[in-house]
Amino acid sequence: MSKAVSCSLFRRREFLKTGGALIIGFSLRDTMAIAGEAQQDAARGSTAGPPDPKQIDTWLAIHSDNTATVYIGYVELGQGSTTSLLQVSAEELDLDMSQVRTVRLDTNITPNQGGTYSSSSIARGSPAIRTAAAEARQALLEMASKKLGAPVERLVVSKGVVAVGGSAGQSQSVTYGELIGDKFFRLAFTGKTPVKPVSEYKLVGTRPPRNDIPDKVSGKYVYLQHVRLPGMLHGRIVRPRGQTAYGSGARVANLDEQSIAHVPGARVLRKGDFVGVVAEREWDAVRAARDLKINWDIPAILPGSDGLYEAMRAAQTSDRVVLERGNVDRALAAAAHVASGHYCAPYQAHAPFGPNGALADVQADSALVICSTQDVYATRNTLAGLLGLPPQKVRVQYYEGSGTYGHSCYDDVAQAAAILSQLAGRPVRLQFMRWDEHGWDLYGPAHVGEVRVAADASGKLVAYQYDGWHHNWSAVETSAQLALGTPAAEWRDGAAQMVNPADCGGMYEVPNVRLMNHHVPGGNYLRGAWLRSPLDLAFSFASEQTIDDLARQAGIDAYEFRKRNITSDRWMGVLDAVAQASKWADTPRPPASRVSDAKVAAGRGIGLGTHLTSYGGAVAEIEVNRETGQVRVRRMYGAIDAGLAVNPAFIENQISGQLVQTVSRMLVEEVTFNKTNVTSLDWNSYPILRFEQCPEVVPICVQRLDQRSTGAGEEAMAAAAGAIACAFFDATGIHIREFPLTPNRVLAALKRA
Amino acid sequence: MAGELKIRVNEQVHSITADPNTPLLYVLMNDLELQGPRFGCGLAQCGSCSVLLNGNEIRSCVTPVSAVVGKSVTTLEGLPAWYAKQEKLPSVPALHPVQQAIIDEQAVQCGYCFNGMIIQAAALLSKTADPSEAQIRAVMNGHLCRCGSYPRVIQAIERAARRMKASIGRTTSDLRAQEMPAVEVVR
Ligand code: FES
Ligand code: FES
Repeated sequence: MSKAVSCSLFRRREFLKTGGALIIGFSLRDTMAIAGEAQQDAARGSTAGPPDPKQIDTWLAIHSDNTATVYIGYVELGQGSTTSLLQVSAEELDLDMSQVRTVRLDTNITPNQGGTYSSSSIARGSPAIRTAAAEARQALLEMASKKLGAPVERLVVSKGVVAVGGSAGQSQSVTYGELIGDKFFRLAFTGKTPVKPVSEYKLVGTRPPRNDIPDKVSGKYVYLQHVRLPGMLHGRIVRPRGQTAYGSGARVANLDEQSIAHVPGARVLRKGDFVGVVAEREWDAVRAARDLKINWDIPAILPGSDGLYEAMRAAQTSDRVVLERGNVDRALAAAAHVASGHYCAPYQAHAPFGPNGALADVQADSALVICSTQDVYATRNTLAGLLGLPPQKVRVQYYEGSGTYGHSCYDDVAQAAAILSQLAGRPVRLQFMRWDEHGWDLYGPAHVGEVRVAADASGKLVAYQYDGWHHNWSAVETSAQLALGTPAAEWRDGAAQMVNPADCGGMYEVPNVRLMNHHVPGGNYLRGAWLRSPLDLAFSFASEQTIDDLARQAGIDAYEFRKRNITSDRWMGVLDAVAQASKWADTPRPPASRVSDAKVAAGRGIGLGTHLTSYGGAVAEIEVNRETGQVRVRRMYGAIDAGLAVNPAFIENQISGQLVQTVSRMLVEEVTFNKTNVTSLDWNSYPILRFEQCPEVVPICVQRLDQRSTGAGEEAMAAAAGAIACAFFDATGIHIREFPLTPNRVLAALKRA
Repeated sequence: MAGELKIRVNEQVHSITADPNTPLLYVLMNDLELQGPRFGCGLAQCGSCSVLLNGNEIRSCVTPVSAVVGKSVTTLEGLPAWYAKQEKLPSVPALHPVQQAIIDEQAVQCGYCFNGMIIQAAALLSKTADPSEAQIRAVMNGHLCRCGSYPRVIQAIERAARRMKASIGRTTSDLRAQEMPAVEVVR
């Protein structure tokens, strides 16, 4: 019975299969330790979570071999955050990196810290983990004090060995493992124990390597796509190729079950308009889904990608003032320089490199679902609702899939797997096909922005106005929509779904500001959700080009113009960092002041932006081929100030990835659709950047030892988008109004000018 | 119709029962329980499923299992042994130099695409000991990475080429680092 497969059993199985490298240090540990830990594991996994956050035991365990397991409520998404959170814990516990490890998220085991959103792992995760570790250390010191007969103040700790200060003798020391090895602390987590001062950090701020990389290059790492359940069937979903309008779903007009009679053991499973197939062998499930004859009723109500921006702009919107300060209209009317523009940004896909998958074993009174959700507890709640079970009867376990960059189809696939398992009466492993993932994604929403910015004669900004149009995120997954007829609903306006004051003028000192959000009702559009740095690329694309236009009018260099209008030293820090790295000030000049007629025009741009917290700056160096319309990004510099950088190397790797991904999103990525369906279904119809188009990148981590840690997983992207757009303006003297900067779009813009 | 097939994978012969048209990928993943080749697109577009067939990179997602009968398949798991045999090393190293270089460069983000990256890079270096950056980009161009790890993959391949040259006496020209040295500004 697969339901009995507990978390620790999974671990043992992998242990056997992969030779022991899965858990750091595991193979070195003696069998006693493993037995003791297994007992604790069993106790931990036996009841539905979340475990009580007010207990130290919820956050960590010390094992007899003097190692620790830290229970972290955030998922590893390839950004190294589990390693950094271990760094934080090891720092407070005075352990070595080789002595700490963590486990996968599991609603029976790990605490509920909310989802892994908005680059939040370090920002929101580290305070709790840091304090819990400090408190555990304090408790261990008290135990050691009794044992060693010395006051706590005289004790020193190194690598989990507590010794009496000044003495070096063996008899005067005891290890954490000897003090508590694999027993529960049974102590309340007060949150009051003081943490280490920054000045005493030995590990935080250094660069230990990521703990997941060795297994990822050897093939030993277990991704979600590798997990199998005993007795399972392979499943595939059957949907129209390419999603339909969010508000209308899709209806099965007719379905011929006999059409897959030739596929051994394949069965059609159906609930409402939710259709799937299962088979014993994976290839049989794949071809059954391919061969099934099915017709759909699909209303032709989408605007189509060609009519998208006009439709959004013409929609009956609900409007909201996000920020109002001073008198924008008066300031605009009186200003020496005014720049304005209308800008458009397409739907873009998460398009994880490996499509999402999930495994489900749904029984009459309980369910186990294994998937790649960014939030196991939220997923448990929706699954419980869908299956008609109380949340405590649903166990959700996380396995890493490929990078997701926000809310891709991981919940949809988990729901679909659960429905298939419920219908089949067997465990089911469901793998989305490439067209399922590309075609039924919850895309980063399209956006229309109108900006008006003004400066006085000296180049001081006096007015900033931004109007933004977009729909919100979709609150209902496609599987629930099709299976139960759940009506489409949108999230309510929330921070990352509205005009973002941080990107829209927030880095500059402007006395008169008005930011307006125009919410377009989402029913006649595509599904939407947060995509890495949601909407921010669009904001900075529009905003930073307008700033450069003012700089040009005022005859001031783009870097200099920004410096004159920034008072925050955090913004100034990232701006200076990229300017210095790119040697910007060696050749100061107003933007677009050296436009030539050469076939290939070179340009550079500097941009600022962020997501919600942290500070991002970027410089782009590009070339525009006037004859072919090809844009080539030669080099990108990107800087993030995310406060105290726990591991600067991880932030650099993040910035590097963000720069490449932003170039991809600015140059090639765009979801296309007609009146009925999305037509971006694979890597040909939705291309991403390739090796030959990839720029050189220079990542810069601005370390702020005195500031609290904030996010670093997306905060350079808006700046990079702005920098690329400004570089295009610099090269051609033309503002590009829409991205991606495809050859056709570039040629059309050059022709219009 | 399903029948018995004998295929050679990582120098071992396996008997499997499968429809001869089954893409090799599903056999490797499900029958042989290998974790290197993995599903990405099923359309030969991304390189997630890459394996070596007689030393050349192929896409196992579109290769019928029957097409590899009588040939030799190497997956990520078998790469160190394949390399040792190629270079006539006295023993099998734990990792292929490309794998080690990727660890040294900390090139991985989510890592899902790295099966294909490593397989293709190993194939490249087995034929071209001293690839230029342009050659690396051209050969790797059919391998996608959604996380944007390309600059560090190029660096890792250059590093591996240097290491292979040092260890087995090949020649390689000056190699330029793709990602400039990172700058950490402390304020
Ligand atoms: S999975 Fe084979 S190339 Fe993408
Ligand atoms: S590292 Fe994530 S797809 Fe390449």
